[in-house]
Amino acid sequence: MEIIFNGKAREIQDGICIQELLNQMQLDCMQVVVEHNNNIIPRQRLAETPLKNSDTLEVIHFVGGG
Amino acid sequence: MQIKVNEQYHSFGEKASLGSVRDRIKADADLLIVNGFPASAENVLSNGDQVVLIKRGETPGIEEFDALMTARHTPGVHATVKGATIGIAGVGGLGSAIAIALARTGIGHLIIADFDLVEPSNLNRQQFFIDQIGLPKVYALRDTLARINPHVRVTSCHLRLTPENIAEVFGHAQILVEAFDIAEQKVMLIENFAARFPDRPMVTGSGMAGYGPANTVMTQQVARNLYLCGDATTAAAPGTGLMAPRVGVAAHHQANAVLRLLLGESPDKEGKL
Repeated sequence: MEIIFNGKAREIQDGICIQELLNQMQLDCMQVVVEHNNNIIPRQRLAETPLKNSDTLEVIHFVGGG
Repeated sequence: MQIKVNEQYHSFGEKASLGSVRDRIKADADLLIVNGFPASAENVLSNGDQVVLIKRGETPGIEEFDALMTARHTPGVHATVKGATIGIAGVGGLGSAIAIALARTGIGHLIIADFDLVEPSNLNRQQFFIDQIGLPKVYALRDTLARINPHVRVTSCHLRLTPENIAEVFGHAQILVEAFDIAEQKVMLIENFAARFPDRPMVTGSGMAGYGPANTVMTQQVARNLYLCGDATTAAAPGTGLMAPRVGVAAHHQANAVLRLLLGESPDKEGKL
């Protein structure tokens, strides 16, 4: 199936949850904010949120400093 | 015609000059400002102009202060922002500079939260002073803000922000500014504020370490209600420090994003939200 990932179409495995996708992409969920279909998803819900065809996912990576 | 002089309306005949207005209202004024810009006494005024008359060196009364302090603002801005409540999470390099910019803009109420104390290594980029070393940052900053603009209400919260207290501390904030140092803490704050207040905008900072070009620091909309200021990549790390110029650029991107949101403008591009 296909989702829109950070603004671009991307083919992903059917029935995968957000956490699994982040794991496959080797993204540290402690340093990213995830927006799924216009809603920010708390990290404890990433493993229970399945992705569906044509979903929109924004993954914003944060770096330290301030 | 009606002219607003130092926040009070007065009637003048057609084609009144700025000098004649000065002579009638405040003859000793030596700085004359029309619609946010300095002007000379010969200037002819139009109906609805906003005039501010200042005598240099004079300490104004409390009522007059707002008008005089904001004389160089774009007209209308101060009236819009003085009713606003803004939350600032963390008052280090980003948050202390953002708070000062927003206080100078005349934001009505700032809620500032930080657990930390002022220490010497902060002074390379944070808006504190040597005589404030050892004080909780939120109290030191509150005192500095009061010296700049005593009309800004400041709620100081000397505590560590956690998933449990974020909604309570920032319950009244219509916009939340994320100004932490550590990436995991930035994420924690954004997730928890968004969970409780999904329709309130957040302005975050990420990527302002080092001395790379200032032009790579930008404001971007990265989610429906999340604006990110920084270059998004340059982390504070061994060999890459945090210094006043670039941290200040990012901080003022954040402060301007807040101002644009309050005025109904899109933070990351020309035009309305």
